[in-house]
Amino acid sequence: MLAQVIASGILMGFIYALVAIGLTLTWGVMDIINFAHGEFLMLSMYSAFWMYTLFRTDPLLSLPLEALLIFVLGYVTYKIVIKRVADAPGLTALLATFGLSLVLRNLAQFLWTPNYRFLNQTLVTDKKLAFAGIVLGLPQVVASVGSVIMTLAVFYFVQRTRMGRAIQATALDKATAKLMGINTELVYGVTFGLSGACVGVAGALMSTFYPIHPESGALYSLLAFVIVALGGFGNIKGALQGGIIIGLAEALGGYFLGTQFKYAIVFLIYLLVIQLRPQGLFGW
Amino acid sequence: MQEEMLSVENLTMKFGSLVANDQVSFSIRRGEIVALIGPNGAGKTTLFNCITGFYRPTSGRVIFDGKDITGLRPYKVCRLGLTRTFQIVKPLKEMTVEENIMTGAFLRTGSRSKAREIALKVMDFTHLADKGQMKAGSLTIADKKRLEIARVLATGPKLLMLDEAMAGLNQTEIREAMDLCLRLRESGITLLVVEHIMEAIMPISDRVIVLDAGKKIADDVPAKVVCDERVITAYLGEKYHAKSKKP
Amino acid sequence: MYVVIGVLPFIIQNTNFHHVMVIFLIFAAVGEAWNIITGFAGQTSFGHAAFFGIGAYTSSVLFWKFKINPWAGMLAGAVLATVTAAIVSYPAFRLKGHYFAIATLAVAEIIQQLVVSWDYVEGATGISIPVVADGFLNLQFHKSKIPYFIIAYVLFGVVLLISYLVENSKLGYYLKAIRESSDAAEAMGIDHALYKLIAMMISAFLTAIFGSLYAQYILYIDPFMVFSMNISMKIVLLVVLGGIGTIMGPVIGAAILIPLSEYTRILFGGTGKGIDLIIFGMLVVLVACYQPHGIVGMLRRMSLLKVSATKGGGATHAGRNAVS
Repeated sequence: MLAQVIASGILMGFIYALVAIGLTLTWGVMDIINFAHGEFLMLSMYSAFWMYTLFRTDPLLSLPLEALLIFVLGYVTYKIVIKRVADAPGLTALLATFGLSLVLRNLAQFLWTPNYRFLNQTLVTDKKLAFAGIVLGLPQVVASVGSVIMTLAVFYFVQRTRMGRAIQATALDKATAKLMGINTELVYGVTFGLSGACVGVAGALMSTFYPIHPESGALYSLLAFVIVALGGFGNIKGALQGGIIIGLAEALGGYFLGTQFKYAIVFLIYLLVIQLRPQGLFGW
Repeated sequence: MQEEMLSVENLTMKFGSLVANDQVSFSIRRGEIVALIGPNGAGKTTLFNCITGFYRPTSGRVIFDGKDITGLRPYKVCRLGLTRTFQIVKPLKEMTVEENIMTGAFLRTGSRSKAREIALKVMDFTHLADKGQMKAGSLTIADKKRLEIARVLATGPKLLMLDEAMAGLNQTEIREAMDLCLRLRESGITLLVVEHIMEAIMPISDRVIVLDAGKKIADDVPAKVVCDERVITAYLGEKYHAKSKKP
Repeated sequence: MYVVIGVLPFIIQNTNFHHVMVIFLIFAAVGEAWNIITGFAGQTSFGHAAFFGIGAYTSSVLFWKFKINPWAGMLAGAVLATVTAAIVSYPAFRLKGHYFAIATLAVAEIIQQLVVSWDYVEGATGISIPVVADGFLNLQFHKSKIPYFIIAYVLFGVVLLISYLVENSKLGYYLKAIRESSDAAEAMGIDHALYKLIAMMISAFLTAIFGSLYAQYILYIDPFMVFSMNISMKIVLLVVLGGIGTIMGPVIGAAILIPLSEYTRILFGGTGKGIDLIIFGMLVVLVACYQPHGIVGMLRRMSLLKVSATKGGGATHAGRNAVS
C-alpha cells in the first residue's frame, strides 16, 4: 500500500514539475511570477473538454492544439499586459497577473458554470496498469510520461536551440543581450508562450482524470510556486526535483495524516525551506 | 593628542575563497578627514560594509568611540553615532526631500515638528532648502548624492562615512561637495571618505589610506602617499612604474 | 467624505443599501489595516484572511460555547490575531518580496485547512451564532441594519484616525523608509524588523476586529467564507485599485468593489457572482498597466495638472500644492 502511495505521488510529481517549469521559466527569465499560470492550466483542460465534447477528439489527440492555444495565450498575455508592467516596481506585475487570473477564472465560471465536469470515455479512462503488486491508473501513468517528455523537450529547447540560448542570455542580462543583437521582446514573448505551452500540455493530460471546473487551476499556481521555491528559480532541473518532492509529500501526507491536510503539509514544507535554504533546496 | 574615534584591528572579510579585506588595521582620530582610496575591486566598499555592520567580518575587530561594535547591526551602529552613505544612492523615492531628511531626524526626536526643524537646518546646511517638497526620486544625481548625506546627517552622527559621494558629478558640483566635507568637519563631524577623484580628495584630507587587493598598502599624509612606490604601482601597474623609474 | 458616508443611509432608506454600506465599511476598514503593513511598510501580505478569520472565529466560538460577550470576544480575537501575526511574521520578514507574499498566503491556507478539519468548531460546516435579543451589548440587531451601520461607521472612523496617526508619526516615516530601501533605513538607525513587526501587529489587530464584526453581522461563518484566499485578495485588490499607500485609497477601492459585488449578487443571484470579479480583475489589470498609484494617483495627477494650468507657475510649485 505504501509503495502504491509513493508510486502515485511520483506520478503526480512529474505533472507538477511540468506546471512548475512553466512558472520557473518566466520567473527566471524576466523575474515575473505569473499568478494566472494555474488559470492557463484550467483553460487548457476546458479546451480538451470541449474538443472532446463537441468534436469527439480525444484529449491525447487534441493535446498539440491545447499546447498551441495556450502558447498563443501566453504570447498575447505578454504583448498586452506583461510588457507594460515588466519594469514597474514591486507589486505591480504580480497584481496584473493576479487580476488576469481573476478575470479568467470568473469568465470560465460565467461561461461554463462552476459545475465539475469529467471526461469519462477517453482512450485511457478506467484502464489500469498493474506492476509488481502496484496498481496505477493508466490516465495518471500516461499523463506523467507525457509530462516527462514535455519536460525533456523544454529542457532541450532551452539548452540546445538558438532561441533557447537567446532566452538564457536574456535571463542573465537583458541589456547586454539586446546589445548583442537579440530581439529581447521576442524572447520574452516566446518565454511566456513556452510557459503557456507547458501548462497547455499538462492541462490536456490532466483532463483525462482530473475534474474540470473554473477553480481547477487555482491551487496549481501556488503549488508551482512552492516547487519553484524548492528548486531555485529559473532552474528547470530544480523544478523537476521539487515537483517530485511535492508530489511525494502530498501523497504521503494524505496517506498518513488524512487527505484534508495534504496541502497544509506542502505549504509547511515551503515555509521551512525558505527559512532554512532561501536559495532553494538545490540552489547554488 | 587627539583621541581615537574609530579603530579597525586586523579586519578580514572572506567570501568563500575570495579575500576581500585582508588583515586591515587603521584608526581615525576625532576631527579628521581621512580618505580611503584604491583601485576598483580593492575592497573599499566591503570594508565600509564591515565597519557599519552590513557585513559581519570573518575576523578582526571594529572599535568605535571606545565600544566594540564588531558585527553589530547597522541600525545599532548608527545609533552610536557612526553611519554611512551608499555608493549607489538609495533615495526614498516616493517621499519628498524634506520627508527623507525628517526620517533621519526621527532618530533624535519622536516629535514631528522637532524632526522638521532638524530637517530644515540640515537642508540649509546641504543646500537642499529650495528642493524640500520635491520627490526624492526626481532629483538630479548631484542632489541625490547630497540628499544621501543630508539624510544621515540628520541622525546626528559623530563619524560619517561617505562612499563615493562625488562620482558622476561635474566640476562645480565637485567643488561644492568638497566644501560640504570641510563644513561638516567644522561642525565637529569626523569623516572617512571613499573617493576616486584624487584632485578633489587630496586637498581636503588630513590622511590617506590606500587599499590594494584587500590589503592596506599605505597610510600617511596626502603629500607622502602620492609619492609612495607601492601606491604608484597599484594604480599604474608594474610596467609603467618600472619605466618611470628609469632616469 | 466621512460625513457623507455617515448620512447616506439616513437619506436612502433601503435595506439592501444599508447592507451594502455595512459591508463597504468593513472592507474599507480592513483595507486600511492592510495598507499599514503593505502600503506603508511595503511588506506584501496575501494572507490577511487569516487575521480576519481569527477575529470572526474567536468571538463566535467564545459566544457560542461559553456565552462570552461578543465585544469581549472581539477584543480576544484581535489579541489572538496580533499574537499570531507576531509569531508568524517575525521569521518571515527575512524573506524578500515574492517569497514573503507567498509565505503569508501559505500561512493563511494552512490555518484555513486546520480550521476545516477541527471538529470542535464544526469544521467545514461552520458556526451559526446563537440568536439573542436585540441590543448594543449583545451586538445583534434583527429589526434594522442601521445599528450595525453605526457601529461599523464608528469603528471605521477609529481605523481612519489610527491610519492617519501612523502615517504622520515617526512610525509612518520609518515604515515608508523601510519600504523604499531597507539598507538606507538601517543606515538611519531604523530597526526594520521591529518596525515591520509593529506594523504587522497593528494591521492584524484591526483586521480581526472587523472579522468579528462581520461574523456578528452575518451571524453565520464557515472557514471558506472568512479564511479564504478570496478575502485576502479582495483586500489586496481594493486597496490597489483605490491607491496603495494612501489613506483615501482603501476607501475609494471599497466604494467601487463592494457595491459592485453586492449589487451583482442581489441582481443575478448566486450564480451571477462571477461578474463583479471579472470587472474587478480587468480594472486591476488596467490600473497595474497604466496607473500603478491607483485612482488616488490618477486624481492627484489631474489636480496637479489643473493647478499648474491655473497658476501657470513652475511645476515644483504645483507639485507642492498637490502633495500637501
